[in-house]
Amino acid sequence: MGDMNPGGAVVLEGSEQGFALTRVDALLGWARKYSLFAYPFVTACCGMEFMALNSPRFDLARFGAEAPRFSPRQADLLWVVGTISQRQAPALKRIYDQMMEPKWVLAFGTCASSGGFYDNYTTVPGIDKVIPVDVYVPGCPPRPEAVLDGLMLLQDKIARNERRPGVVKPRVDPPVKVAELVQLRRSAHDPSELVPRLGRGETK
Amino acid sequence: MSQAVLDKLKARFGAAILETHSDFGDDTALVDAKQWRAIGEFLRQDPACEFDLPVDLCGVDYPRRLPRMEVVLHLYSTTRRHRVRLKARVGDEDMEGAELDSLVAVWPGLNWLEREVYDMSGVRFRGHPDLRRILMYPEFVGHPLQKTYPAQRTQPLVPYRTEDEAGVPLEKQAPFGPDEGMPFGRRALPRSEES
Ligand code: SF4
Repeated sequence: MGDMNPGGAVVLEGSEQGFALTRVDALLGWARKYSLFAYPFVTACCGMEFMALNSPRFDLARFGAEAPRFSPRQADLLWVVGTISQRQAPALKRIYDQMMEPKWVLAFGTCASSGGFYDNYTTVPGIDKVIPVDVYVPGCPPRPEAVLDGLMLLQDKIARNERRPGVVKPRVDPPVKVAELVQLRRSAHDPSELVPRLGRGETK
Repeated sequence: MSQAVLDKLKARFGAAILETHSDFGDDTALVDAKQWRAIGEFLRQDPACEFDLPVDLCGVDYPRRLPRMEVVLHLYSTTRRHRVRLKARVGDEDMEGAELDSLVAVWPGLNWLEREVYDMSGVRFRGHPDLRRILMYPEFVGHPLQKTYPAQRTQPLVPYRTEDEAGVPLEKQAPFGPDEGMPFGRRALPRSEES
């Protein structure tokens, strides 16, 4: 899985064993991006989507990022999932400080990224006010697909040794056509009940 | 439902019951703050009232009215199955004299609720066993649900990083705005008062 050619290694043919040339940092980046040990800092409703993300359907193990570590010393990816209140900020900062280098931070959802609509005395307006963030995933909550996008963005950054923050593009809903909406009709058995009209494409 | 309770209160406490109404089926009595404790004890103990469940306690700030802070107590009786709402008004413009007798001795369940009202609205409860903040941190100054608390004022426990430290702009880049995820937002409206 993934590129089995770390950091654009040059494979030289000709001798019996063969050998490859690459740079150390490129090789390290390649190794690191497939072994992200996660520390889940889950505080609010985004957590539900985080659980969905960890389910077999989305299969985080594909990215080598499925192993949670509940000790910050053993983790290198901090998932900040949900609203961070001012009261929690010292705990978050402390967890971040306890993690070993190299470490990365993923802001999951709008609250973690910018405070969202909690624009008041109680909420930190984005965890980047307190700790550095590598990838922002917008959405309230973000869909698991958006988070996977964010994870791949992070892997890409790790491979390139790049520390500037990245933002996942938000999903744009296509305009809804009236004909595609589910239509209701009165039930034949009980006229007081509304049921979805079947074969709705053909009615109009 | 419990008009009888209001009548009983009026008969028993007379002038201490300042107003009553039953709008929308909610029987409400505005009472004299000095009689708060006595009325509470009466409602708890009187066999025809027997309010054994304090449902909620909260403070409501009316900055243009004096006394300014209204403390609202909702009671329910699990035996008689009736409800009543008690209100008392306390505090001047600067929240001087915003004090009420604690009802924790009458309903132990009010312990945390009184702490919440103290924390959020700044009403002090005389005789409360442990009147500390419950939601905000001890370092917090002021009471956020008072209307005089500036809407934009935050009191961070961890000093915010500066843009120099971070090396990147901390104001949100697209696609984030403060309204992200919401069909409306406070920042979308022109701001009249900056704090
Ligand atoms: S972004 Fe939305 S879903 Fe996520 S924690 Fe904030 S309010 Fe909840």
